[in-house]
Amino acid sequence: MIPEAILRASRNQPSFLASIVLLVAVIFIGVFGNWLAPQDPFLLNPQTVNQSSSAAHWLGTDEFGRDLLSRLLIGVQPTLLVAIGATVIAGIFGTMIGIAGAYGRPLIAFLIMRSVDIMLSFPPILLALLAVGFWESGIFSLAVVIGVLYIPHFARVAHAATLQVSRMEFMEAEHAMGASARRVVFTAILPNILSPLVVQATLTVAAAILLESGLSFLGLGIVPPEPSWGQMIGTARGYLGQNPMYVIWPSLLLALTVLAINVVGDRLRDILDPRLREE
Amino acid sequence: MLEVRNLSIAFKTSTGLKSAVRNIDFTIEPGAILGLVGESGSGKTITSLGVMGLLPPNAVVTSGEVLVDGIDILKLPPGDLRKLRGRHIAMIFQDPMASLDPIFTCGDQIAEAILLHEPIGRANARRKARELLEKVLIPDPDRAMRSYPHELSGGQCQRIMIAMAVACRPRIIIADEPTTALDVTVQKQVLELLRELNEEVGAAILLITHDLGVIYEVADRVVVMYAGDKMEEASTADLFAAPQSDYSRALIDSMPSLGREAERLPVIERDPSGRVRSVRPEPRPRPTSAGPVPPEGDRPLLEIRDLCKSYWVKPSPLAMPVEMRAVDRVSLSVAPRTTLGLVGESGCGKSTLSRAVIRLYKPDSGQILFKGEDIAALSDKEMRPFRREIAMVFQNPYGSLNPRQTVAQLIEAPMVIFADGDAIKRRGRVLSLLEAVGLSATAAQKYPHEFSGGQRQRIAIARALALNPSLVICDEAVSALDVSVQAQVLNLLKDLQAEFELTYLFISHDLSVVEHVSDTVAVMQKGRIVEYGSAAEIFGNPREPYTRILLDAVPTVGSMRGGKVAT
Amino acid sequence: MNASIAGALLLVARKLLTAIVQLLVVATLIFSVMYIMPGDPVLLLLGADSNPSPEAIASMRSQLGLDQPVLSQYFVWLWNALHLDFGKSLTNGYPVANYVMQNLPRTLELAFAAIIIAALIGVPLGIAAALKRGSTRDTVLTSIATIGISVPVYIMGTLLVLFFSLKLGWLPASGYTDISRNMLEHFRKLALPALALGFGLAASIARMTRSSMLEILGRDFVRALRAKGMPERRIIWQHVLRNAAIPIVTIIGLQLGNLMGGTVLVEAMFNWPGLSTLLVGAVSARNYPLVQGAMLAIAAAFILINLVVELLYSLLDPRIRRKRS
Repeated sequence: MIPEAILRASRNQPSFLASIVLLVAVIFIGVFGNWLAPQDPFLLNPQTVNQSSSAAHWLGTDEFGRDLLSRLLIGVQPTLLVAIGATVIAGIFGTMIGIAGAYGRPLIAFLIMRSVDIMLSFPPILLALLAVGFWESGIFSLAVVIGVLYIPHFARVAHAATLQVSRMEFMEAEHAMGASARRVVFTAILPNILSPLVVQATLTVAAAILLESGLSFLGLGIVPPEPSWGQMIGTARGYLGQNPMYVIWPSLLLALTVLAINVVGDRLRDILDPRLREE
Repeated sequence: MLEVRNLSIAFKTSTGLKSAVRNIDFTIEPGAILGLVGESGSGKTITSLGVMGLLPPNAVVTSGEVLVDGIDILKLPPGDLRKLRGRHIAMIFQDPMASLDPIFTCGDQIAEAILLHEPIGRANARRKARELLEKVLIPDPDRAMRSYPHELSGGQCQRIMIAMAVACRPRIIIADEPTTALDVTVQKQVLELLRELNEEVGAAILLITHDLGVIYEVADRVVVMYAGDKMEEASTADLFAAPQSDYSRALIDSMPSLGREAERLPVIERDPSGRVRSVRPEPRPRPTSAGPVPPEGDRPLLEIRDLCKSYWVKPSPLAMPVEMRAVDRVSLSVAPRTTLGLVGESGCGKSTLSRAVIRLYKPDSGQILFKGEDIAALSDKEMRPFRREIAMVFQNPYGSLNPRQTVAQLIEAPMVIFADGDAIKRRGRVLSLLEAVGLSATAAQKYPHEFSGGQRQRIAIARALALNPSLVICDEAVSALDVSVQAQVLNLLKDLQAEFELTYLFISHDLSVVEHVSDTVAVMQKGRIVEYGSAAEIFGNPREPYTRILLDAVPTVGSMRGGKVAT
Repeated sequence: MNASIAGALLLVARKLLTAIVQLLVVATLIFSVMYIMPGDPVLLLLGADSNPSPEAIASMRSQLGLDQPVLSQYFVWLWNALHLDFGKSLTNGYPVANYVMQNLPRTLELAFAAIIIAALIGVPLGIAAALKRGSTRDTVLTSIATIGISVPVYIMGTLLVLFFSLKLGWLPASGYTDISRNMLEHFRKLALPALALGFGLAASIARMTRSSMLEILGRDFVRALRAKGMPERRIIWQHVLRNAAIPIVTIIGLQLGNLMGGTVLVEAMFNWPGLSTLLVGAVSARNYPLVQGAMLAIAAAFILINLVVELLYSLLDPRIRRKRS
């Protein structure tokens, strides 16, 4: 149902189609970046420090003379792994918590949703900072930390959607037939809250990419010499005078990727919005 | 005077224009009320918006004229048309509460409407607004002036809409389903008000409704529409006495009407050439496999004794909660294979009662004896075997079916829940149930959104019958349906009752429907049963004043065509 | 009448109580997190490399009150926090409260400057887009807004620095000057971080404004006003905007609350010595009392701003101000 909707949506929507193409390309680079890199991304070369574009280095070099293009290409993978890992964690636990908060016993539901509210009163970047400040940083721990931080956001969406579904008559019908809680959750609730969850997942991927790159920008995320876009932007800021293109390339790629995800998210929201689909 | 000539409206779609209404003609004299009646999809609302010049952006007038005192408003520039609106043409909408701005007081909104067309000063406008509120007989006009729309009831909001509509003494008033959202007793008051006020204002009123009863009560002339075409125009008396078009006749016939007894309701059918006609289907023969009808037992199938269910509601967000008795010491009984009609206005507790019987709620006190066993206090686990025996059909055919399941999955759900039979047996059962409710076997693999409202209600009925229950609770099961579809579903329910030996608890706000289906009737008001007896007794000789008020408020159509004599 | 004033007071009281409970829970969490986090403050304080003697450790423990039972430590900490005493910095012994009081106004100033910029840009653009839904103007504005929410704040900041300070040389690239020392310099240094934050927020406020406006424009009462012959301009200004203002004001208020900790990247890249800078420094120095104090200040500011927003919301909306009686 969703792929078909995407096809339909891409008609008359060049920006949507372009975003899909870009995201497919980004994922491709994320998987095959190590093979695509034209040069050794870790090779230091004191002779070629902070150069702009040339035949040898298409996008120039960084402060250690490493090939920028190669580093940009292999820098996709850690970002993607963190973003997707975080979204999976946030999605699974957030959905469970959100459904429990709407459909569970009143006292448990109350406690769950109050805790969610409290967690939401801290900006995720701040808590992430605390966590990576005390613990070691790496792809796995970043994914876990960012994932945990976005659980409340997911939970709130799942909670609101479940409440909405709970008011539908088919939920009463399930109870009247004597359906078990398990059946109600898996056949009545989950399939009907999938649309907002899919939209929330795209938003979370974008937010996780921003969060990871923000931490890496501060030097608290992906640990050098392993590159990531955010970390490259953070380093490049020190060389704005010598080589302005050093900061431009990763910034452009990062912004375009997030933009593509947001465009897809907006379109998915339009397509999956039941109010628009009814007619 | 309003003249609509040859009006056609179409929707813009990706494949070009799609015609919505074609060649509509009618004329309304000052002081007269013209009813525009039709079922959903007949084009009556789009016609009214066209007349008002308020078509949605995706609709266009393809031909015709709308003459207001001889001026074609469709040709007017937008600025001039706007000046006509409110002053010359006023409109009353279906949902009065949503049609008022929620963040302004009602008094301000009426005064604003006056000042738009009559610059008489703020104080004068407010004085006039208050006079208007008195005229529309709102209780405590001073309070209404100060109130925000959410602080008033739907009926009061509609009175305020009427006050605004008549404020500038318009020549034309367009009322789009003005009473559909209101209770039957409130509907009667609002219609009377509209009629009386108009004797003073002398506007030409265009009344759009799906309800023939409303037309019968207040309209002078009627235009009947069907699928975008005008079927017939006649005086109200002529239409009901001798409808000319086949569709009008069929529409009037398919309406259950107070005091007109019929075992089967005629339904509207289209023959292959596309002509509509009225058919009175024969009751389906009882299948021989069903065996002989068992003798009437003495014991009622369902007996309710002194049932109570309260809610704790806060009158304001900060006040102490007070007890609201939704169901207050209700006692009833239903004999096997009969139908108990439970009737009352919105908020009377009939839905709470029905949900208590199927134990979606736990009652506070009292007994629910099903086949002699008290199920009122059973735990969820103990209740389980009884859920095989009691099934429910809900009001909203769009909401009661899980949109993510196929029809086969929906119908077999009770069997899956009770692990009844294997996949092959369930499949066979689904097919036989689809046949029983008049749907084809190909429906099984489709999703609910591929069906019309009436068909969906058939699916819901099939699901209710999956485990051969003995009691089926129908909660407003036909009230969301068009009249002709409602007739089909009512006929189906009667057929199934005989075929599956069902007992119905039939809940409805519609007295005509209740009279048509019920053997015994209970009238409910504010959580209590005020009158309870055989259908013939209650409709023929009501004892309680409230029952009489309810019966009086129902617009009666059939009285001129035999049956009850008009009083 | 009197009843409605009493009702309003009760509403305020109830919201206030909720906020206090929330703050208490958050305070408890902050206290307990410090116990879950790895690292021993005493060892840090004495310098883990200097191999402190057990006696020194024990005396430092009792000096810090760490030899008490956890529960009593908690109540002492909470009691002191109530009196705005968050203990002393482990690195230099200055009261944490002084640091917090010094840095909190700077974060508030940055946040308010950013939100004002964002609202001044975002709200008019959102309205302009909603009024011409589907037009080229709408498409262009919504596209810009989508780009705006996709550009991370530090890229926006870097671009601003690249342009305004490196290329044009108009504004300083980073730093902070106290307003009492040099007012002009103070605001020149505020400009870039506030703009970097403000642009991204403007985009999201524009999107929310547009969708709130569209939601109200689709309501039945707008059609009813048109049917009354009210000029379109007046429908928009008098009715649609006033209705849409309720969610818009709420969204802007919530954004402001989120900025209490959300300025962290901007503070870091522009060397703006606000609360988050304090927190980041304290975390890397394992300066536990300072971490607790800074976090508590951020949470308290967030909760307080949300409280004000909620009260404002109920004041603006008669449906909440006066429930049906």
